[in-house]
Parts: sequence; C-alpha cells; structure tokens
Amino acid sequence: MTHVSVTVNGEPREADVEARTLLVYFLRETLGLTGTNVGCDTSTCGTCTVLLDGESVKSCTLLAAQADGREVTTIEGLAEGDELHPLQDAFHRNHGLQCGYCTPGMLLAAASFLKETPSPTEGEVREALEGNLCRCTGYQNIVKSVLDAAGSMSGAKA
Amino acid sequence: MIPAAFEYARAGSVDHAIELLGTAEDAKVLAGGHSLLPLMKVRFAQPSLLVDIGRIGDLSYVREDGDVVAIGAMTRHHDVANSELLQSACPIVPDAASRIGDPQVRHMGTIGGSIAHADPAGDMGTVMVALGAEFVITAAGGRTRTVAAGEFFRGLFTPDLAPTELLTEIRVPKTIGGWSYLKFTRRAIDWAMVGVAAVRSNGGARVALTNMADRPLRAAGVEEALNGGADPAAASMRADEGAAPPSDAFGSADYRRELSKVLVRRALEEALA
Repeated sequence: MTHVSVTVNGEPREADVEARTLLVYFLRETLGLTGTNVGCDTSTCGTCTVLLDGESVKSCTLLAAQADGREVTTIEGLAEGDELHPLQDAFHRNHGLQCGYCTPGMLLAAASFLKETPSPTEGEVREALEGNLCRCTGYQNIVKSVLDAAGSMSGAKA
Repeated sequence: MIPAAFEYARAGSVDHAIELLGTAEDAKVLAGGHSLLPLMKVRFAQPSLLVDIGRIGDLSYVREDGDVVAIGAMTRHHDVANSELLQSACPIVPDAASRIGDPQVRHMGTIGGSIAHADPAGDMGTVMVALGAEFVITAAGGRTRTVAAGEFFRGLFTPDLAPTELLTEIRVPKTIGGWSYLKFTRRAIDWAMVGVAAVRSNGGARVALTNMADRPLRAAGVEEALNGGADPAAASMRADEGAAPPSDAFGSADYRRELSKVLVRRALEEALA
C-alpha cells in the first residue's frame, strides 16, 4: 500500500491505497468525488481532466501517488460556494453542454488555459481544447462559452 | 483499465533512483508517465517496481552552455515549449514540444521520458536525430557517458540505456538556420503517421523521419541528394530509402512511403527557404 496525502479542493485528504490506484479512481472511489468522469480511460477524451497545482492533467493517466503532497482541484471545487465560476456561468448561459459528460473536463481544461492565456483568440481556444472530446455540441457553443468567460473574467479583474 | 500490481518507490535524487532501479530486475522509471502508464494499463508493460523520478527537482531546467542548450531530462513538454531560451536558440525543439499530445499531456509528459521511451512514432527522438543532439546518461556513483542521438535509438522501445542508468540531460546544438518539423495526423492529438524534421546545415540539411522504421530514421538518401545539388522536390523522392514503415489501421506502409516524400519536400521547402 502507498500512503497518499492530497489537498483536494482546499481540504487535506489522505488514504492508504494500492500503488496502482489511478488518480481518477482515488477521487471517485476513495474520496467519493464522482464529478470527475471516466470516459475513454486512455488519456484521449479529457473528461477526467482535473487541475494539479493549478494545471490541467488527465487523472486517468496519473497515479494517485504522483499527486501526493500536491493540490488537486476537481469540478466540485471550481465554484466559490454557491457562486458559479465564470466558466460554469458562461457554459450555462451559452448552452455549452448537452449531455454534460465532457463538461467537467472541458471546464477544468478551460480554467487552466485561461490562467495562462487570459485573452485568447477563437483559434487558441479550439487548440487549447484539443485534448477534450464532446460528442453532442460540435464544440461551437463550448468555444463560445470559453470566449465569453474570458471576457467576463478579464472584465472582473480590470 | 487498471495496471497490474507493482511496488512504487519515489526517488529523492538521481543516485537514489539508480540505487532503487538496481533492486528489481524489471524495474521501470516513471517520469511523467504519459507513455508508460497507458502501456501498463493495457498490460503491454508489467514492471514489478516503478521508480518515480518526478520529484527530483534539479532535473528540470533549460540553460545555455556555450554552443549548446542543456535541457534537464524531467523538463516537461509544456516548459520546453515555453522556454524563451529554446525559442531563440533552437526553435525546432519548442515547436515540436508544443505539438505533442494535448495541453494536459504536455503538463505531465517530459522530454527525457519521451526520448527514453524510444517510440518510433514519438516526435522528440526524430527532432534530436535531425539536430545531432547528445544525451547525458548517468550511472551509479554519478558516472556519466554521452551518447549521440543517432546512436541512442536501438530499435522499437529500445534505447541505449542499461537497467541501472538514467537519461539525465539532453544537449541540443544552437540552431539559427532554417528548420521545419512537420507531422501528419488524422486527428489533432494522434501520434504522427509520418513526421519529418529538417534542419539546415552547411548548404544542405539534416533530415530525420518519425514512424518510418523501428526507430527515428535519418533520411540519408535525401541528405546525399541535397549535397549533390538536388532541389527539395528531387531530393524528397529519396525520402523512403532504407525505411521500413509499419502498416496499421491508420495507413499502409506504401501510403506512409508516399506521405514521407510529400512531407520531406514540404519540410525542405520550409527549412531551406
């Protein structure tokens, strides 16, 4: 067994798990945080995306042990209390989802991207989401939502 | 998909990692894990021990060293892609790094892990062979040896690394002349069906190919044609000399041979423009 101690959404969490435990199963099964989805399980689809020390990673291709001592943000930790994150709000207003399966990964991938690129072009948004697959919307409204959120986030800072 | 059970050990230093690697015959090094863990999940790889070198902080750097830029093996693709030093001193490296996988993969995957994995479909090995890069390999007691990129790749997933050696540094020559890295993929995040790295050199070019053999392949025929005065279109017709491309669901070997000629011509037109 391997001892894993991670700060998840601001709270310290720890458990003894098998070394082969992937971060996504640690989050879902050990901690009960089922907002992070498992899709392809091959680091292709991106629905398992979480933030590791603020940067997007695919939690199906990471051992829980690799996150030991680090900070993880899942979809459960994106909103501030009852107040939606600007990205969540933008996806809501722009119909950036249909079935919602890809949405947690889209939101966290976009959150990581906007931190580095606060005022992206449409092309940059499309490239930034190349690791996240959506089978419903055809990406149009997802891209629109991210651009909308970028606008409101940089507006809020100004 | 869950990997087969293994023991996990975290190395605190290069020496410690090498010591740990000596404790199990089939131990594997875990860098970012983005090549190894997928293979373990489908059980193509079943090491009994993983030695995690992810916390050895002093293996992550990009610095100038005379005519060379030295890159720590654990430097992530994301950091290679964003290195201002590399962007000005050896731009083909960050350009190729910025197109590996997707942003999430680049946040974990490392240049050393990618090279040591020796997947002939990987981009970085090809770029290194075209550049004539050198790799620093560390063994017990801090002993190091340096291997030319062209000698390092011995076959499919087979680097010139003993079980108790660690690739610690990548040394790329400063390259101010023309260059190009092109790859052809069906979807944005796929491995290259075929890739081409071309680096201008002494009036000609050094050219290497991705996924055209069991290792990154120097396109010797193309280089010879260029040295003999051929233009890119003529030289590119020799792109598949000595190649042994795979046939798979993405394309036949014949298709890859044809594709390599087209991509070599385009890469040379860019690099020699």
